Amino acid sequence: MSEIAEQARVVAATNAAGAPPTAELHVDGLRVSVEGKPILDGVDLRVPVGQVHVLMGPNGSGKSTLAYSLMGHPKYQVTGGAASFDGQDLLALTPDRRAKLGLFLSFQNPIAIPGVTTVNFLRAALRAQGKELPAREFIARLGEEMTALRMDASFRSRYINDGFSGGEKKRAETLQLAMLEPRLAILDEPDSGLDVDALRIVADGVLRIMEKSEGRMGVLLITHYYRILENLTPDRVHIMHQGRIVDSGGPELAHLIEREGYDPYTTATSPPGTEVSRP
Amino acid sequence: MTVQAHELTKDYKFGFHDVDVSVFRTEKGISPEVVAAISDHKQEPAWMLKFRLKALEHFFKRPMPNWGADLSGINFDNIYYYIKPVDEMGRSWDDVPDSIRNTFDRLGIPAAEQKFLAGVSAQYDSEVVYHSIRDDLSKLGVLFSDCDTGLREHEELFKRYFGTVIPPNDNKFAALNSAVWSGGSFVYVPKGVRVDIPLQAYFRINSDNMGQFERTLIIADEGSYVHYIEGCTAPTYSNDSLHAAVVEIIAEKGAHVRYTTIQNWSDNVYNLVTKRAIAKEDATIEWIDGNLGSKVTMKYPSIYLMGERAHGEVLSAAFAGNGQHQDAGSKCIHVAPNTTSNVVSRSISKGTGRTSYRGHIRVLPKATNVKANVRCDALLLDEESRSDTYPYMDIENPDVTFGHEASVSKVGEDQIFYLQSRGIDEVQATALIVNGFFEPFVKELPMEYAVELNRLLALSMEGSIG
Repeated sequence: MSEIAEQARVVAATNAAGAPPTAELHVDGLRVSVEGKPILDGVDLRVPVGQVHVLMGPNGSGKSTLAYSLMGHPKYQVTGGAASFDGQDLLALTPDRRAKLGLFLSFQNPIAIPGVTTVNFLRAALRAQGKELPAREFIARLGEEMTALRMDASFRSRYINDGFSGGEKKRAETLQLAMLEPRLAILDEPDSGLDVDALRIVADGVLRIMEKSEGRMGVLLITHYYRILENLTPDRVHIMHQGRIVDSGGPELAHLIEREGYDPYTTATSPPGTEVSRP
Repeated sequence: MTVQAHELTKDYKFGFHDVDVSVFRTEKGISPEVVAAISDHKQEPAWMLKFRLKALEHFFKRPMPNWGADLSGINFDNIYYYIKPVDEMGRSWDDVPDSIRNTFDRLGIPAAEQKFLAGVSAQYDSEVVYHSIRDDLSKLGVLFSDCDTGLREHEELFKRYFGTVIPPNDNKFAALNSAVWSGGSFVYVPKGVRVDIPLQAYFRINSDNMGQFERTLIIADEGSYVHYIEGCTAPTYSNDSLHAAVVEIIAEKGAHVRYTTIQNWSDNVYNLVTKRAIAKEDATIEWIDGNLGSKVTMKYPSIYLMGERAHGEVLSAAFAGNGQHQDAGSKCIHVAPNTTSNVVSRSISKGTGRTSYRGHIRVLPKATNVKANVRCDALLLDEESRSDTYPYMDIENPDVTFGHEASVSKVGEDQIFYLQSRGIDEVQATALIVNGFFEPFVKELPMEYAVELNRLLALSMEGSIG
């Protein structure tokens, strides 16, 4: 699909859902250092609301750094470039303001907050975002989402991420995604360390949330694996290497990576014969 | 209405004070004459005056403690040792002068009384101004009054136990309390009686340069149960006040006493309290001890496990904000065989605040098959804040199972970021983490207090992040 046709489809989709077509993540020449060490070296990216974009790349290419930087982790120093969502400069906002604007980050390895139950944590987050539900409705919704993610009811009163297994953490992150209904979900390896069944549950969960959002949510999915894409068909696939997006294309690009790995990017000076787009 | 809100600090919402309506006060400073004047004013029996004067000698003799917190700011000559706010204690809130009643209204005491308390005592400066106990409990023989009334109306019972757990020469501040004590609570629960909802005493300092020296004596007879809750606040003044209470608890065979404290003094109060309990055969003592306020707190609730199979629990939580030092801890003395104790301490330091855990576990030679466990965790909110642990152990019997664990951690950038990424701002995020850290303590509180404590902690967090 050409860029123009793609844009037209997005506009049509978002208009149909009533969301403004401008709700889009813009990343322009973003440079980020961690403890003085440059990691991102000019990232350009567009993720419109309503689409699934996949970010792939070898270990250490800067994918998680991009995710953390977009959410505003203080350890990640922006040294150049720009990032905005829905026309608002993200880099000027604290992480909580970015969340209120509609961003969400699903953590690869979320940290435990001992003593804070999952239910209280979710309630605090919803309240903070002005999305508080009446108690009965909240409990009903929570129950629904937990059933969909096949989470035991005891999860509610467990301290968030405290003693959770890897799989439980991924589900808890997906549960938060479902409850908070962001406009842009950045999912940092929601599939890592999961067996096939758990992967399906998480992938189905994301798909369901996506469908429920009726085009009001965009997804930037960071993954190493092709497997999750069998459930979630991406609109665009971006390849990151050495802190830059070095290639972008349709779902077929993910297939190519599946077949050939990243060698063409890490060894060749120019990318292989797929389309190269620099937004 | 005469209540004036003094917004001297942003964090502390109880810093207001009333105009002085006191009916009697001793002159500033401490002397045998002042002690005699207090005793005379209370029309006490001669033995009590003698007890007080003897205690005063101990007080003069004992040096200031040179360990623990810095007490050099205390000027004993600049303190009022006795201020009587009203002529008579009220049995109904209508009997309490408006300004004082308004204060307790603002503190939510009458509302709490109606909702979930079996009895209430409200002390204002040196005297209890309001007192009540549910009729059904009185009929069962439960006594709950201020300590002065206990002495007056039940002298024999009072005398049998008073000063037996904490003798006047125990330490300098116990000696001072013994010399000038006034108010506090006297509780007696007869054999086999279970007081299933809590009794509460509330201590309020109103006057500037005030010394509050309440005295509490709780006697739980065989097989009885009582939960006593103590709360305290004071106005914020530029001068320091002194609070030096003595609390004695006797749990007879098979009795169970739970003593809950939510200390929330303003940050000009030196809080130097001696609390000790005796647990006889099969008895249980629980100290649930929360320290949020004060300038300096030194308090180590103690349990003497005197009878076989006696059990002691100390669950404490301390929060030290800017300029505060919470030097708190516990002592468990295992005297009898098959006794058990469990200490859990959680402390948080913010800014220049400092928390210390000072604990003593002692197992005497005759105490075989003892189990003792201590766990203390400290959380630091920033680079400046400080926490220390001073565990002392004297194990004189090898037949003991003893565990000690301690940890110090910092509120992590990653925890804050995680919560922020969900839309929760930095202040709220810190408050959530802090509440979570105190959760083992908070879940032991009656629900109303748990809610209040979480709110107080949230207030303490405000302005903590620049």
